[in-house]
Amino acid sequence: MSAAAAANLPKGDGPTAYPRTSTLAKGITSGLRAAMEHDPKVVLMGEDIGKLGGVFRVTEGLQKDFGEERVVDTPLAEAGIMGTAIGLALRGYRPVVEIQFDGFVYPAFDHIVSSIAKMRSRSLGHVELPMVVRIPFGGGIGAVEHHSESNEAYFAHTAGLRVVCCSNPHDAHWMIQQAIECRDPVIFYEPKRRYWDKGEIAGEPSRGLFEAAVVRPGTDVTVLCYGPMVRTCLQAAQAAEEEDISLEVIDLRSLSPLDTGTIVDSVRRTGRCVVVHEASTFLGLGAEIAALVQQECFFSLEAPVARVGGYNVPYPPSRLEEDFLPDLDRVLDTVDRLMAY
Amino acid sequence: MSDARPWADGGPDMIQLLTPEGEFVETAPQEYRDIAARLSDDDLRGFYRDLVFIRRFDAEATALQRQGELGLWASLLGQEAAQVGSGRALRRQDYAFPTYREHGVAWCRGVDPVNLMGMFRGVNHGGWDPNDKNFHLYTIIIGAQTLHATGYAMGVQRDGAVGTGDPDRDTAVIAYFGDGATSQGDVSESLVFAGVNNSPVVFFCQNNQWAISEPNEKQTRAPLYHRARGFGFPGLRVDGNDVLAVYAVTTAALDAARSGAGPSFIEAFTYRMGAHTTSDDPTKYRLSAEVERWKLRDPIERLKAWLAHMGKADRTFFDQVAREADELGADVRARCLALPDPAGTDMFEYVYGEPHPVMAAEREEFTAYQGSFEGAHGDAEASLEGSHA
Repeated sequence: MSAAAAANLPKGDGPTAYPRTSTLAKGITSGLRAAMEHDPKVVLMGEDIGKLGGVFRVTEGLQKDFGEERVVDTPLAEAGIMGTAIGLALRGYRPVVEIQFDGFVYPAFDHIVSSIAKMRSRSLGHVELPMVVRIPFGGGIGAVEHHSESNEAYFAHTAGLRVVCCSNPHDAHWMIQQAIECRDPVIFYEPKRRYWDKGEIAGEPSRGLFEAAVVRPGTDVTVLCYGPMVRTCLQAAQAAEEEDISLEVIDLRSLSPLDTGTIVDSVRRTGRCVVVHEASTFLGLGAEIAALVQQECFFSLEAPVARVGGYNVPYPPSRLEEDFLPDLDRVLDTVDRLMAY
Repeated sequence: MSDARPWADGGPDMIQLLTPEGEFVETAPQEYRDIAARLSDDDLRGFYRDLVFIRRFDAEATALQRQGELGLWASLLGQEAAQVGSGRALRRQDYAFPTYREHGVAWCRGVDPVNLMGMFRGVNHGGWDPNDKNFHLYTIIIGAQTLHATGYAMGVQRDGAVGTGDPDRDTAVIAYFGDGATSQGDVSESLVFAGVNNSPVVFFCQNNQWAISEPNEKQTRAPLYHRARGFGFPGLRVDGNDVLAVYAVTTAALDAARSGAGPSFIEAFTYRMGAHTTSDDPTKYRLSAEVERWKLRDPIERLKAWLAHMGKADRTFFDQVAREADELGADVRARCLALPDPAGTDMFEYVYGEPHPVMAAEREEFTAYQGSFEGAHGDAEASLEGSHA
């Protein structure tokens, strides 16, 4: 949504007023609501998203207000949801698909990579699929198997898709609207363990959908992160400050394309870089970013590019997830090693 | 051997209006006989023309592949009636979702047949505008298009283009797929979604008996048209080599869909007379005796015999169609050979609708690399000029 359009929205204390305090989940809810009011072609699809409002209540109240034709309780079949969403997009609709949990997207994988990602190029630009696939992702909530995965690299690896990830209520509210307005298909990752984090939503988006944000300026080490790890890295920066180490924390926001300018500018200043994500490190986003940084910042680097991520194992049972997931201490441990060069 | 297979002749439920010998089946259901009776002689001669033209086109494409001008071809030989009968039942506003073998349906929709050759020649992955003739791109992922069709039909419902009674507005969608595809989860899921949404989609299964090398009995234990009932809507089997019967049952199914009566499933019982594609060798897995038996059920011969018998067409007409078909063959050959190779930079052109930094950077890198060869561009131009001289 343009800043001009946003400026016309009501201000004050109501649920659609700006600025206001909101959880991340409800920031998406109000973003979806705004998009649906703005464009009658926006249709939400997913399992249990209607009467129940989704298992995380992100779509709560939307079916009541927009009807069953626009907030569709689908059969329990992810390939079916994704495939029919493609058909709706071909007919001129803008489907926003909710995948209930990260680990349930795989039945729809074929439609995403074989059809959604390729439709525009294979039709020589005749057909565009302006779709959004929302995926609550990541661990930290003590869930059972298949409910805690970080599978963003699969989609970031696929040409034709764009992949973004919000980390706070303000971005959640505005990025979902920007994703829905995008002409290209967008995979929209939501950090499920941060759904209940509160923050202020201001009256307009802070930046373009595919731009990274320097969320804490610093001078010694660039910390690149996204989604649930942004809060973790900000806490690490706070702790590092007490040891007189200045971390610059960058919320990538867009995983594909990467905002290379913001990344490169920062690392050329700091000379050190660590990438933090929950996903396993092998061929994860960190690997791509490390390659980018060594290529573009070679003469500025004071230390090797480091990665902090999940171990390269299947996501463990929840009693072990604190050992698996990067946390403040692992980030600081890596920062210390980089500072030792 | 094959006639010992459970449904080798289509079985007693198969709807047929013309026998393989070209005799009208007076005992066929009244509804379908009535639909056929509304066809004018011009319509019927048009069907014949379609069948002959598309077979001739298909033969030309196969020849072009043999001569190295196409990388691959998926022949529709034997399936002309299933495609023309269903394709001619569509109205302008209806939408078709094909597999990669629906050359006859494309022809009926008015898609330039040369466009169908692009992907097999390797100059594009399809490339026509699907919304120009309401004919989607060929889908190679087996069964995926049945879900796309169902979603499109759900959009038609949201547009209020069902059950209004306006023949130019009410819209149906047809999803083409084969017997092999019925084993895919996507096809079953599309039947679920279409069923619970009562969507205006006709599932048109061309059962050509073979999924590359695997016969029906490797895909299903029950007749395919029985499936529909489990999903809550009607299914039937039609003689897929009988253009009249296919036209009649598809017309009825599309009418029902447009009126708001929901989806239906048609199993067109036919036969893939040729190989799966030009890369396939069917002599490794099926007997020629089976192919010989199906030759006796040829879709073109039976219509020709009936038209001649009924005095609806004569030798002059048949000869004329044959001549025009040869002209079509020559025309598509010439235009296929003239299909230009895409520019290298086209790879980067259409991936995203909005500006994308990787596309811009790689396009630039590619162009610089290509231009780095000494005189690369200049030499190409010089040799071109030389050839003109």
